[in-house]
Amino acid sequence: MTQAPGRSRSAAPEKPGTRPALSHRLAERGIDRLLLLLVPALLFALVLFVYPFVYGLGLSFQPREGGLFGAYVKFFTDPSMRGLESIWITLKLAVPAAVFNVAASIPIAYKMRGKFRGKRALTTVLVIPITLGTVLTAEGLLNFFGQRGWLNRFLEIFGFGPLDLVQNYWGVLWSLIISGFPFAFLLILSYLSGIDPSLEAAAQTLGADWKQRFRKITLPLLAPGLAITFCLTFVLAFSVFPSAILVGDPSGSTRVIAYVAYNAWGQQFDYPLASAAAIVMGAVELLVIILVLLWRSRMYKGSTGGKG
Amino acid sequence: MSATTLKDTEAPPVPEPGRRQLKATPGTFLVWGGMALFLILLFGVVASVVVNSFAGQWFDSWFPSGYTTAWYGEAWQQYDLTQVVSTTVIVAVAVVGISVLIGAPASYVLARRSFPGKNIVMLVFLLPIMMPPITYGIPLATLLTYYHLAPGLTGVILANLVPSVPFVILTMTPFIEQINPSIESAARMCGANMTRLFTRILAPLLIPGVLAAAVLVLVRTVGMFELTFLTSNSSSDTLVVALFTAMTGAGIRAQQSVDAMAVIYMLMMMVLLVVALRFVNPTQLVSQVREDVD
Repeated sequence: MTQAPGRSRSAAPEKPGTRPALSHRLAERGIDRLLLLLVPALLFALVLFVYPFVYGLGLSFQPREGGLFGAYVKFFTDPSMRGLESIWITLKLAVPAAVFNVAASIPIAYKMRGKFRGKRALTTVLVIPITLGTVLTAEGLLNFFGQRGWLNRFLEIFGFGPLDLVQNYWGVLWSLIISGFPFAFLLILSYLSGIDPSLEAAAQTLGADWKQRFRKITLPLLAPGLAITFCLTFVLAFSVFPSAILVGDPSGSTRVIAYVAYNAWGQQFDYPLASAAAIVMGAVELLVIILVLLWRSRMYKGSTGGKG
Repeated sequence: MSATTLKDTEAPPVPEPGRRQLKATPGTFLVWGGMALFLILLFGVVASVVVNSFAGQWFDSWFPSGYTTAWYGEAWQQYDLTQVVSTTVIVAVAVVGISVLIGAPASYVLARRSFPGKNIVMLVFLLPIMMPPITYGIPLATLLTYYHLAPGLTGVILANLVPSVPFVILTMTPFIEQINPSIESAARMCGANMTRLFTRILAPLLIPGVLAAAVLVLVRTVGMFELTFLTSNSSSDTLVVALFTAMTGAGIRAQQSVDAMAVIYMLMMMVLLVVALRFVNPTQLVSQVREDVD
């Protein structure tokens, strides 16, 4: 935006002798010595992120056997890898977890917007699960939801048989919700508090009931925030690794793609195969995010009112 | 930021006219009910670990038959927690220090300037946060092993820096945008050069932003499992990784001592989080909402 006037100014016809110095012309486009401050961070990102990534990409095309795409072919077709199945399993865990976390956050954040007594305390309680860590969550889930745990004991009083809630798909989903919900809630709450309440008040004056107000005012304004929150919680859930091993069934129903990639790296020491799995994992994850952001770009874009 | 905290803590308990009363409509009831259920389940999950970490014998009953604090001492001895905790502190402090040093100047440039290729630079900083750690962790760990930097402390610190530096940049940029540029212009008019501008004007104003970013990076680094797991060996394990290996490698070990260690971890993280919440209002991270101007 700000570049446009600068460019037209420097392109304006001037006498050859009075043409400003190169450094001046660059400064008009925003390039000056201040940009040197960016160099350490950029250098760091290139050395520790871009270079390893490109190296991994190259490595994934140099498998021990099977030609250029050997590692990818092995990942998708080898029955011991079960690559395609692991992608499906990961998506089956990550998408419901992210959808649930975002969907459950909306009404709670909606009720908690604005001020009331005890808001800070309630926010803190909801944020505490961030401090638990995967292992404590896993131990807790095994203890609490396990066959002889408190929940099944409680259900037994009412005559329900013991439920199988851990060491399977549900255990991992639980742990994803416990670790992901506080995060989604905080983000949604902050996006919702950024929407000017007077917009809704105006709609109410014009006779809109709460359903209309939510659908026509709040939801469109919240959509960008929803998209970002969904993406971030999805990334968290998609990278599920320790809890898939601890509360899941890593050789069967919760054989997530991160586990497959780690197995190839740390157990089989097949670095090309592991890199291929990591690249596939990144590609699938980015694909979902791009789809969500494409959907978001079709929605309203603009200010969320006076407070935002 | 500090003004908000002060006002919140010193506000009298009488409901102000601006505060909304919570009305008990069916929708409200459902929402609070659902949240209560979630909190009860969560409480059960945490309590079962805490109770187990103090349990003497606990077989087929509601509560253990006796209580003991012996598991904590045993866990500390058995898993060599003195070393593990000191490694965790070293890694966390190093990562926070380096990432703030690298990230703060970059976020200043990104907040103040627009230049050709800014979008690409932003993308390079966003990707490490948007990608699962395993996807870049595996190639990175392979490369670090190749250069003999991993497994070991150096590798752990380098790997943890990858998401931390972008995180500092993204957290601090809004803080810098809040500082009025005319203050800088005024300082320049008075003859301050770049160094003086930074040390006398920007640094003091930026302290809340630096603290917020530092504490958040600290919480993230202590909790970061994947990257540390990929680059550490037994002498450079942080607490999360030590916990994971203790739990997966269990078998002969008592589950209670793992639980005791998990409780130690939780307490450590809680202290960090409470400190973090003193510096940052979590709801102000993405959009600058001034709650005191309602």
